[in-house]
Amino acid sequence: MRATRPDAESPRFDLAPYVTARPDGRAALTLAVDGLHCAACVWLIESVLARAPGIESARVNMTTRRLRLVWRPGEADPEAAVRRVAALGYRLIPFDEAGADDAGAARQRALLRAMAVAGFAAANVMLLSVSVWAGHVQDMGPATRDLMHWISALIALPAIGYAGRPFFRPALAALAARRVNMDVPISLAVLLAAGMSLVQTATSQPHAYFDSAVTLLFFLLIGRYLDARSRGRARAVAANLLALRARAVTLVDGDGATRVVAPAEIRAGMTVLVAVGERVPVDGRIAAGTSDLDTAPITGESVPRPARPGDTVLAGTVNLTGPLRVTVESVGEDTVLAEILRLVETAEQGRARHVALSDRVARYYAPAVHSLALATFLGWWLVLGAGLQAALLNAIAVLIITCPCALALAVPAVQVAAAGRLLRGGVLIKSATALERLATVDTVVFDKTGTLTQGRPTLLRDGGWTGDDLAAAAAIAAASRHPLARALAAAVPDAKAADDVAEVPGSGLRRGAVLLGSREWCGVDAGAESEGPELWLARPGAAALRFAFRDTPRPDAEAVVGDLLRSGYRVELLSGDRPLAAGALAGRLGIARWRGGCTPAGKAAHLAALAAAGHRVCMVGDGLNDAPALGHAQASMSPADATDIAQNAADVVFQGERLAPVAEALAVARRSNRLVLQNLALAFAYNATTIPLAMIGLVTPLIAAIAMSASSLAVVGNALRIGRGTRR
Amino acid sequence: MSALLYLIPIAVLLGLLGLGAFLWALKSGQFDDLDGAASRILFDDDPPENNKDC
Repeated sequence: MRATRPDAESPRFDLAPYVTARPDGRAALTLAVDGLHCAACVWLIESVLARAPGIESARVNMTTRRLRLVWRPGEADPEAAVRRVAALGYRLIPFDEAGADDAGAARQRALLRAMAVAGFAAANVMLLSVSVWAGHVQDMGPATRDLMHWISALIALPAIGYAGRPFFRPALAALAARRVNMDVPISLAVLLAAGMSLVQTATSQPHAYFDSAVTLLFFLLIGRYLDARSRGRARAVAANLLALRARAVTLVDGDGATRVVAPAEIRAGMTVLVAVGERVPVDGRIAAGTSDLDTAPITGESVPRPARPGDTVLAGTVNLTGPLRVTVESVGEDTVLAEILRLVETAEQGRARHVALSDRVARYYAPAVHSLALATFLGWWLVLGAGLQAALLNAIAVLIITCPCALALAVPAVQVAAAGRLLRGGVLIKSATALERLATVDTVVFDKTGTLTQGRPTLLRDGGWTGDDLAAAAAIAAASRHPLARALAAAVPDAKAADDVAEVPGSGLRRGAVLLGSREWCGVDAGAESEGPELWLARPGAAALRFAFRDTPRPDAEAVVGDLLRSGYRVELLSGDRPLAAGALAGRLGIARWRGGCTPAGKAAHLAALAAAGHRVCMVGDGLNDAPALGHAQASMSPADATDIAQNAADVVFQGERLAPVAEALAVARRSNRLVLQNLALAFAYNATTIPLAMIGLVTPLIAAIAMSASSLAVVGNALRIGRGTRR
Repeated sequence: MSALLYLIPIAVLLGLLGLGAFLWALKSGQFDDLDGAASRILFDDDPPENNKDC
């Protein structure tokens, strides 16, 4: 369920601790941008900031979804600039640049550098090698050939020393830990090929494998870089979400003065101030002030609850209409919120056990390749009586041919193509193995409010009131931030806020003698219990009118649920809302299996039961109360306007009003899984034909180069097919 | 074959030049945001003061 997000939730950050001084005397600040969808958002934010006085440079990075501001100290007001962007509807959260994901960015750049060096060397060595191959059938003398080989060595050896490090280091680490990973056969093949070729060159032999060694490195580095890039993007999004969580708390001292402190400094018994639109940071009791609280994040109720002095408040709920002073009862680890977070963590530890397909393949691949090479060497040396050098050459040819070039590209190429396609449709993949896990899903479990529905009430049109009544009510409602009032105002597009409206938090609005608000506020004694969210309009001399609201389903919810059912998925609805409301929606959308009134732990338990029954579940939810279930599921998705913690727990975040991205993500995951398997099959088919050739000593450097390039291109070409195809 | 003595160094030098240009572009941050850079060409009124710092 969603916390209705009031516009004023984000300001009041103390920016000063996040500002860094640059060597040239300018100040810089990085902010995570929440709600950034596409390039148009980038353009909008940058153009608005270009007009902000004193800001020298404002640049939005779309990959990491962060905004970087640079200004001369004293000449610009960064807070004013941040407010300008906030006014556009984006949330900006100061981001501590000293975060851990700098290491990831540096690694990506190092991989790109290595890739460039390997690419340069591969091109130049290949140029020389082609001459040598042409020379074999023409009349190139041994002196020229050796010169070519020596120049190749001069280019290839330093390049391998530099560009091979991303493989050598992990290979050494794995060997030190007495394990084998994919890097061991790669390093061995590259180093042996280079070393052997050097010996061949020095002894003036006709064949050298320098081109194979560097081309191999080049292709493998492409795969590594693609892999690092998709992981890096996922990590950047996750880091932005973490920044959202660390909020400042306003503490009220004994003498009534307020100051902003870190959440860690709050103790039980203190009093904190919760401004309108802010999230309550602690569990406690209201000391002063009345308001409405949006409790949806914790309990899943869709109607805000009035809050008066003496009422209990829970951390994570959102204060909607009036400032509150809250006496702290429990903080940090003891809050209900923290309990939910613990459930999420426990659940995610279970999921971390999923081993990526490529790692599972590597576990069997490396030993197999090494035994084949050893068998070739021993066979030629001991059985066939070939010389030591000839036997070694054939063994190395086996290593080069089997080097998991296509294999190393097979998975990342598909994942990058699939993630790119989903990103264009507004779906963000947060976890590296999300696609693999989504592909095997057979059950989709939806949350109700904010997931299947839009999470905000809309006015029901048939209520026995006239357009004039509605206009009068909307003029009053437009002055309030209460979700129901906003829904009422939204029903009249050109409603102008009346300026003589007084709001009484927790009750309603007053404009002269006209009242708009709860039934108690308007003095109605209708007797019957309210069926859903409602507002009453009471005017002197007229009967009070009732405006009823309903949380409408997402526009395409029914179609998507129908699609999923037809595709053979088992679809369930799991809601924290009242069973009556859950059942009504399930009936409307055609979901046969539903359950209402679930607690967060109850949802997680239900998922565990499904898993125990052999189902692979994809959970789609948006609220704090879904977070444990999101963590528990085999794979999980959440809408981009979900609570931060839900987004954090989910593997996939989708944007927009529609639910179609859920079906799209599942379809793309299945398709990408099929392509990965095809690619692995291609890679194995290639190996199956070339390994025997290499073992009987028929593979020359030319054949190795052709086979390697052909298999890599086939795999990449196959992966790119996912970018095409039907788009909704 | 003496043409090779000129050709090969020239080929390698040109290659090195390309490599150097790429490494420079990488270092100046032009590869930090490939997704955004792809769309930046579409922003028509890019204010000049925005471009000084990447």
